[in-house]
Amino acid sequence: MPTNESTEDAPRTPPPASAEEPSANGRPDASERPDTESSAAGGEAPTEPAMKPKLNINDLHFWYGDNHALQGITMDIQPHKVTALIGPSGCGKSTLLRCLNRMNELIQGTTLEGTILVDGQDIYAENTDPVMVRRRVGMVFQKPNPFPKTIYKNVAWGAEINGYTGDIDALVERSLRQAALWDEVKDRLHTNALDLSGGQQQRLCIARTLAVQPDVVLMDEPASALDPIATSKVEETITELKKDYTIVIVTHNMQQASRISDETAFLYMGRLIEMNPTDQLFTRPEKDRTEAYVTGRFG
Amino acid sequence: MSTPSSPPTTTAEDATARGERPAADLRQRVYDSPKEQAIKYALGACAFISVLTTLGIAAVLIIESIPFFQSVPFSEFFGDTRWTPQFADKHFGIWALLSGTLLVTVISAVVALPVGLASAIFISEYASKWVRKVLKPGLELLAGVPTVVYGYFALTFVTPLLQAAIPGLGVYNALSGGIVVGIMIIPMVASLSEDALQAVPDSLGAAAYALGSTKYEAVVRVKVPAAFGGIMASFILAVSRAIGETMIVTLAAGATPKLTLDPRESIQAMTAFIVQVSKGDTPQGTIEYQSIFAVGLVLFLITLAMNIVANRITRRYQEQY
Repeated sequence: MPTNESTEDAPRTPPPASAEEPSANGRPDASERPDTESSAAGGEAPTEPAMKPKLNINDLHFWYGDNHALQGITMDIQPHKVTALIGPSGCGKSTLLRCLNRMNELIQGTTLEGTILVDGQDIYAENTDPVMVRRRVGMVFQKPNPFPKTIYKNVAWGAEINGYTGDIDALVERSLRQAALWDEVKDRLHTNALDLSGGQQQRLCIARTLAVQPDVVLMDEPASALDPIATSKVEETITELKKDYTIVIVTHNMQQASRISDETAFLYMGRLIEMNPTDQLFTRPEKDRTEAYVTGRFG
Repeated sequence: MSTPSSPPTTTAEDATARGERPAADLRQRVYDSPKEQAIKYALGACAFISVLTTLGIAAVLIIESIPFFQSVPFSEFFGDTRWTPQFADKHFGIWALLSGTLLVTVISAVVALPVGLASAIFISEYASKWVRKVLKPGLELLAGVPTVVYGYFALTFVTPLLQAAIPGLGVYNALSGGIVVGIMIIPMVASLSEDALQAVPDSLGAAAYALGSTKYEAVVRVKVPAAFGGIMASFILAVSRAIGETMIVTLAAGATPKLTLDPRESIQAMTAFIVQVSKGDTPQGTIEYQSIFAVGLVLFLITLAMNIVANRITRRYQEQY
């Protein structure tokens, strides 16, 4: 199938777009995507109240062996928003995040119940391929984990294995620009990624994730291993990215959650205690436990 | 603890009674006391034994080779293609023996490198916990089989099989020996490569999966390249082991030094020649006898060089992640 060059090089349109757009991204699963959203949004830029949730989590339970880590989580995640998951260590926020792109099933002895819909499609349905899910729901990890390859190859890797047929050079540049790393590395694209600083490595990992052209980007404490300057760069990047992507971020840092997120979900002992717009959750929490946590009285 | 009357305890008690910590005597020489020194030198001696042995072997090989190279010039040693020290018409062309060794080594590498690497990938990445529990000791058991048993296995089992498949194949041939040497070094490749794969951080695999790769892509395009240094080192160590292998080639590959690349031929490996002369009735001091030191020296230099290369590679790639 000939790819549409002009669509490819154009800035990414929001996910609920015309039918040709996803196939130009080289995503074989794109045609299976339901068109419900584009009809609902009428093809226009979606306005806030009319938006359908990007991710729909319904009564999600998760077990590591006998450990009931998630106990009936139900929540919606809105498109083009940054949603922060906060809560004390062991509350299940990272587990929840890793359920959203089926990374948890790489761990032996885990069980999942409930449904997670991405654009209305059940990602745990029997005929759903986890590989396809992960191409659509990308992930950035806590510790920067670039491949021991060149910067260029790190970014190109995902696109190459996914059969991207467009201009790889352009894709690499666009992804690095989106991750706010291009200017720092453009003269050394073919040097080893491990020579970059920690903060640069993490932005490279973000660029690498974006190069696969996912709809949703999951971030598991992406700045926790970084110094304050690198952290603020990564935060700026995240804020930039929500124009084009839906972002779910796990963070231990409440200032960070309040700085960068639009919605915040507070989890405690495997349950969702409260989910609200970030400014509301931090200033007028509905639940006492949320208040205790965000004001630092426990956790 | 029941040494109530020893002086340090008393001081400590006094000090405790006054509510102070007893002052430690920092002038005590503990760090370089005679005992510590004795331990250090005993350990050092053990460590140096192997180094000194290696140096000793190298020295013996060189010294004993000198008379040989006085009567056989290098030009003949490296220029002639025949090796016939026990005939009336003596020729000392090392290539006839070297080609036998190389032939066996290449065959064994063709067998062992792919199979060993595939085993390593399977054990490290695909095998379930209990399969791994069975496979790893199984492989290590294979490494513990005495090589004379392998030699016998080559001669009495593999050779007849090959003879059924290849008409006219002689009892002694390079192919059978090479295949069995390959089987012998599979555990080495598998075990060392598996260690190298295990050393690749899980985070790299997770990154690959999160980018939508299949398991095969994650293994072949991320983990194996990341473990490349260790895998190469395992290949080189295994090949150098194959070069030095003696019993299998002595028993199964023949005793006819020949410059050939045909695996169906009977050949003689360098090691097998050394065995033949050492165990035969060749009188000491004769040129035939001296020749085994020259052959041994060549063998030693080859394996030494390969081990150095393996070491370099491991060190170079160690810092990669």
